[in-house]
Amino acid sequence: MTRYTEGLENYKKKIAAISSQEMVINMGPQHPSTHGVLRLELITDGEIVKEIIPHLGYLHRCFDKHAESMNYGKTIPFTDRLDYLASMNNSHAFVMGVERMLGIDKALPKRIEYIRVLVCELNRIASHLIAIGTYGIDIGAFTPFMWCFRDREHIMNMLEWASGSRMLYNYIWIGGLFYDLPVGFEERCQDFVSYFKPKLIELDNLLSTNQIFISRTANIGALPADVAIQYGCSGPMLRASGIKWDLRRVDGYSVYPELEFDIPVGKGEMGKLGDCWDRYKVRVDEVRESIRIIEQCLERLKGDFKRTPDFDPRAMVPRKVNLKPQEYYIRAENPKGELGFHFVTQEKTDIPRRVKARGPSFNNLSVLPELGKGQLIADLIAILGSIDIVLGEVDR
Amino acid sequence: MIAQIKDQIINALGEGAVIRTDEQPLQPILVVHAGYLLEIALFLRDTEGLYFDFLSNISVVDYFPEGRFDVVYHLASIPYQTQLTLKVELPNDRSLEHLPEIPSVSSVWRTADWHEREAFDLMGVYFVGHPDLRRILLPDDWQGHPLRKDYEDPETYHGIAIK
Repeated sequence: MTRYTEGLENYKKKIAAISSQEMVINMGPQHPSTHGVLRLELITDGEIVKEIIPHLGYLHRCFDKHAESMNYGKTIPFTDRLDYLASMNNSHAFVMGVERMLGIDKALPKRIEYIRVLVCELNRIASHLIAIGTYGIDIGAFTPFMWCFRDREHIMNMLEWASGSRMLYNYIWIGGLFYDLPVGFEERCQDFVSYFKPKLIELDNLLSTNQIFISRTANIGALPADVAIQYGCSGPMLRASGIKWDLRRVDGYSVYPELEFDIPVGKGEMGKLGDCWDRYKVRVDEVRESIRIIEQCLERLKGDFKRTPDFDPRAMVPRKVNLKPQEYYIRAENPKGELGFHFVTQEKTDIPRRVKARGPSFNNLSVLPELGKGQLIADLIAILGSIDIVLGEVDR
Repeated sequence: MIAQIKDQIINALGEGAVIRTDEQPLQPILVVHAGYLLEIALFLRDTEGLYFDFLSNISVVDYFPEGRFDVVYHLASIPYQTQLTLKVELPNDRSLEHLPEIPSVSSVWRTADWHEREAFDLMGVYFVGHPDLRRILLPDDWQGHPLRKDYEDPETYHGIAIK
């Protein structure tokens, strides 16, 4: 046994030494309530979870290694596969980082920026709808799941129309877009917004004040703000704990400073601040804010920055990304939280030395052993669902 | 801003703590001494006016022919909405018996726990004082550290051909 295997030996000893009263239960990796291929090793005493040991890596696809073996443009399809429920947001963050290093981010046409924000917000709604719907199903409510998927389908169809793909779009390119929006997209999107607004109220009424739902989520898994910060939680996780921290406002990237929207935070309406209900509610409110952003984008895409025949979304796409040797860490607000890319470039080549992706789910999940300690197994499902992880991003 | 932070650290912890500031075009980097890392981390987290309470990311960069590993810490301050990049340079001979060593900051920011496990797993950096340093993304019995530039894929894994 060397120093380097000490951690592994200690872990094996701990599992071997559990008392006869305790039991080790494996949750996952092939169980729908873990939202993917996550394996949780639970040390339980009856119904009470005493310790949680997460095992990751079942979906590890070597994103970092791929990214440093090809040029920047070719990595964009891989970024789509990080958080596969919000592909647009991933590629937006990656592309922004490269553009800033190239120094072309300020020169981009406003129409491109507004289209980017529009598709990102549509994708954010789609991602949150999955989060809300599957959360309902986790704790036994089947109808919201069907409703969410029905409405998400409209977004998928629209984004398929724009990019040619349902989930993994490769639509946002360095210095531009794959194509301009198809003719009639703005009108169809407007139709969707007017269709979806009452549906969202309906969904909110169905779930938020449902007595069974409240009993399962309120006061469960309350995450204090200081613990959330300690564990690097971001996005709805952190906001549900009462901290107004949204990178769209803090960093003010793209055209977000020109848009009007509020940052919903948890208020502890149904129980303690930062409980599962708050996390759910923040997502519902964020969908509402995203609709506001979409409406403003549509207005501007039909007004000031409307389609012109000579508009070429690929005009500024660089043939070769020539970068000086430098380092840069870009962060952006994904539906799940802070998505970051750390770039280290090399001289005389367009292949990066290092690209590290910081997945928000990876950090949000790391708080689970702390949150789930001492809870019932059934409540652990509710807590895990409220974190809203995507394993593609946890394992990368 | 970064020069100010550098002066503050030097005033509090002595001349040897900070090696230099690296002026990058977009984000300046504070290069610090590995031996002072834990004190610097605590200082940055707890000093009024700085409060870098949020560790966004830890990434390790392998400079292959030079035999050097850079551990980069991306910090953010939620109350002041500022960002800071810390870097520690670790010269190393790249052998698997002598991994580069650096103090763990997981006692300062709990985020570091999983990030350091990932860095240990994929890059082979040993974090001294980490409570539970195991592989996180790869299987426990994996040999080598795949993100190193000189890593060579094994022919088989448990008798399964993987090439």
